Amino acid sequence: MITIRIPTPLRPMTGGKSEIEGKGNSIGELIEQLNIAHPGLKDRICDERGEIRRFINIYLNEEDIRFLTGKDTPVKDGDAVSIVPAIAGGSHD
Amino acid sequence: MEFTEEQLERYSRQIILKEVGGKGQHRLKQARVLVVGAGGLGSPIAMYLGAAGIGTIGLIDGDVVDLSNLQRQVLHTTPHVGMPKVESGRRLLEALNPHVHVKTYQEPLDAGNMMTLLPDYDLVLDGSDNFGTRFLVNDACYFARKTLISGSIFRFEGQLATIKSHEGYPCYRCLYPEPPPAGLVPSCQEAGVLGVLAGTVGILQANEAVKEILHIGDTLADRLLIYDALDMTFRNVGRPKDPTCPLCGTAPTITTLEEHHVSCSL
Repeated sequence: MITIRIPTPLRPMTGGKSEIEGKGNSIGELIEQLNIAHPGLKDRICDERGEIRRFINIYLNEEDIRFLTGKDTPVKDGDAVSIVPAIAGGSHD
Repeated sequence: MEFTEEQLERYSRQIILKEVGGKGQHRLKQARVLVVGAGGLGSPIAMYLGAAGIGTIGLIDGDVVDLSNLQRQVLHTTPHVGMPKVESGRRLLEALNPHVHVKTYQEPLDAGNMMTLLPDYDLVLDGSDNFGTRFLVNDACYFARKTLISGSIFRFEGQLATIKSHEGYPCYRCLYPEPPPAGLVPSCQEAGVLGVLAGTVGILQANEAVKEILHIGDTLADRLLIYDALDMTFRNVGRPKDPTCPLCGTAPTITTLEEHHVSCSL
């Protein structure tokens, strides 16, 4: 199993869970598989062309997959994947 | 070192640290720091940097104090509701430490004022509340060759990074190439933010600023720190330089500072 860390903005889609588990041979497969258990999750992570949105980073362990092989980056049992969107809050509202 | 008896006593608990000393205190006094946004992050940043004896603190913010700000924006007090934030901030900082020179700019940050202001500062701390400003501050600091300490918060999460793109480290665009389109993310007003979280992340930014000024410790120049206040975890992830970055990559397409009209605010 692969552990996936869910950021606060996406937790409504995972029933409030901060960590879920998934399967797949690549990041792309993992996203497809997660979307079955959590419908709509893929649309939040990927754009209409199926590419990972430019303001969302996915880390395999501690490495940004954009600097690996993107959605084709292989994953295996025991890996930890984090989804980290850009956040901008800080000043007023 | 031109410190008075009163100043030596005021700063005695940090001058005694060998990493600070009289020399470090002098560095803090010489430092000129620009704080973007006098809100949730800007409040603890300005207060701790002011208390530590930073010589010049610039505050830029076009807003006035609102009652709903006081839950997290501790630079402002109830009698100052309705007052420009930078004026309210100046009053509190001067009461906290009269040795700090507070410069105020009651205007929203834009491409014009950013490039005019930056030459007067050594270090920039971004505590703004929208992506448009964040990308603008990143780009301006790259062009003006200034170190930027970027902090952001959302609900129960915080992110922190030190941007030293002028020294060959990655910029904010290397981390997030584009801001989210409007409407895809809720604003803080809709989503909420834990007041204490602003304090935690702002103080971490102030900590990184003091270290930059004193040249001590390790930096977040090649990492992103992610703080989860609910799980009580701090995680570091790698933040590589993107050779295809439109700003600091090998074939940049952004060569002058432009405003990016991003209407969404998170």
